[in-house]
Amino acid sequence: MIRIINIIFFIIYFSATNAYSLIEIDITRGNLDPLPIAVSPLFQDDGSKKNSIDEIKIENVGSEISSVVENNLKTSGLFNPLNKEAFLQKPDIAHLKPRFEDWALIKAQALITGKVTIENKKLKVEFRLWDILAGREMMALAFTTVPSNWRRVGHIISDKVYERLTGEKGYFDTRIIYVSEEGPKTARVKKLAIMDQDGFNTKYLTLGNELVLTPRFNPTSQMVTYLSYFKNLPRVYLLDIETGTQEVVGDFPGMTFAPRFSPDGKKIIMSFAKDGNSDIYTMDLENRIVERITNHPSIDTSPSYSPDNRYITFNSDRSGFQQIYVMKSDGSNVKRISFGKGLYGTPVWSPRGDLIAFTKLHKGKFYIGVMRTDGSGERLLTENYYQEAPSWSPNGRVLIFYRETKSNDKGEGFSAKLWSIDLTGYNERQVQTETDASDPSWSSLLSN
Amino acid sequence: MNFSKSFRNTFLIILLSLIVSACATKKTTTKVEGQMQGDVYTGTDTVKYLADGVPDRVFFATNESILTTKSRDTLRKQANWLRANSNINVVVEGHADERGTREYNLALGERRANAAKDYLITYGISADRISVISYGKERPVDSGSNPLSWSKNRRSVTVKAN
Repeated sequence: MIRIINIIFFIIYFSATNAYSLIEIDITRGNLDPLPIAVSPLFQDDGSKKNSIDEIKIENVGSEISSVVENNLKTSGLFNPLNKEAFLQKPDIAHLKPRFEDWALIKAQALITGKVTIENKKLKVEFRLWDILAGREMMALAFTTVPSNWRRVGHIISDKVYERLTGEKGYFDTRIIYVSEEGPKTARVKKLAIMDQDGFNTKYLTLGNELVLTPRFNPTSQMVTYLSYFKNLPRVYLLDIETGTQEVVGDFPGMTFAPRFSPDGKKIIMSFAKDGNSDIYTMDLENRIVERITNHPSIDTSPSYSPDNRYITFNSDRSGFQQIYVMKSDGSNVKRISFGKGLYGTPVWSPRGDLIAFTKLHKGKFYIGVMRTDGSGERLLTENYYQEAPSWSPNGRVLIFYRETKSNDKGEGFSAKLWSIDLTGYNERQVQTETDASDPSWSSLLSN
Repeated sequence: MNFSKSFRNTFLIILLSLIVSACATKKTTTKVEGQMQGDVYTGTDTVKYLADGVPDRVFFATNESILTTKSRDTLRKQANWLRANSNINVVVEGHADERGTREYNLALGERRANAAKDYLITYGISADRISVISYGKERPVDSGSNPLSWSKNRRSVTVKAN
């Protein structure tokens, strides 16, 4: 169906420079002063333009790639891409040797330049990152790929720049799988959909004939586990995105739901509901062995593993109300960790291991928050009428979740959209989707 | 524990009735009066009938799966009807309102459907004639975002399977 991974990139460091630089961005705090950066359009010679139109129907793919980069950097909230109209130097000259005074004049602290060529059905892109204040090159890279991959090239450049300037891996060459929603609330049609992190290249993986919910990627982002009401039997399914093959997970005599992969990709963890009681189970994907992890007459659901596979967080109403718990991955040592006012659900362990993101309901408002894995240090990032189900960016810096609006008494005014927010609580923004959307899950970095 | 929980629930219900009646005294919300008890829906707006005098659904309080006196009455009528129509099997659908997380609501819907199923079994209906399915908050009957709409959506519905 969709080819995610089997795209070969040749990455060549054509001049290795890790020189000391003045620019660096601290992303651990809210960044209210984003770094001014100039993204010069990548230069494309006239010969390539014809090939570019022939291959991908775009005249100036260099300029398009730089727009992808600019948009990513802006969306991160850490960068302030400067208006191109103010640029004094032409893209081809700047790429060879920028006149640092000219860029300093427009207050740029960093500059991205580059060059693209399309020849023999190959797209070749080189780019350089410059430190304007220090007056030197910080990074130079070249890629070769098929021309249709041009947006991914933009994402990879964004990741390289982000990593060089923040010291942390980026999250731009990634995808979001989610549930696309259409129609009135009482007869909602839901489909699995996948798109690039910036909202482009949307593809629908199911037709909407049956209800589908809660898709989640495996660590390589090639498999998805989700809940489908196929033949009116709500069961957890496993879908191979590349081949389109799918199968039911396990052989349970009732509803299975709330699936997620273990971080090593070897197991699916989920809830199984029987006789009014939901408990947590795992299934080993290699030998198909099913294990029961919790055994309690309360509702135990929304399980999520720690990145080292040693612990599981989940929510349970065993105290009388929905709260968050942590246990060892064999089900022993169950400890409640949420003790604030209100209900707590959908815990998800950060890929960095130190935090758990959650949904909280208190006094009729819904919050997305984070706490340490022992429940201390609770921080609420955003409050709204309805929002839930956070999913972490692969670098653990951003959360994506969905938000619903209130309807009037006739059901009008309802919408469901994806939103993202930084771990700092800053930079909240709507993520563009073609339709209404819910249940987002963020992939790992595709190119690393 | 149970005692303190039921005490708390009673307290909640009293509190909610106070809130509801407080609302009702304000101008336009009078329609809520007489349609909810605590926060359990008691009206007939969305109710369909399996047969004459046999309502198809029962309603629940927020986050609860306890059957009210009225719900038990409805389910006894369903049980009588099922006994008289032994060729009919049923599916009990469990539902939740939109004010909860999706996954928890799936579990809650399953718990509600089973509360209704268990009551039917107590009144002599064979377990293999009753299957359950939870839709969580995915299939509301009322699309409003207000306490009355939510109360109509917190339900289990008995439907003919054949």
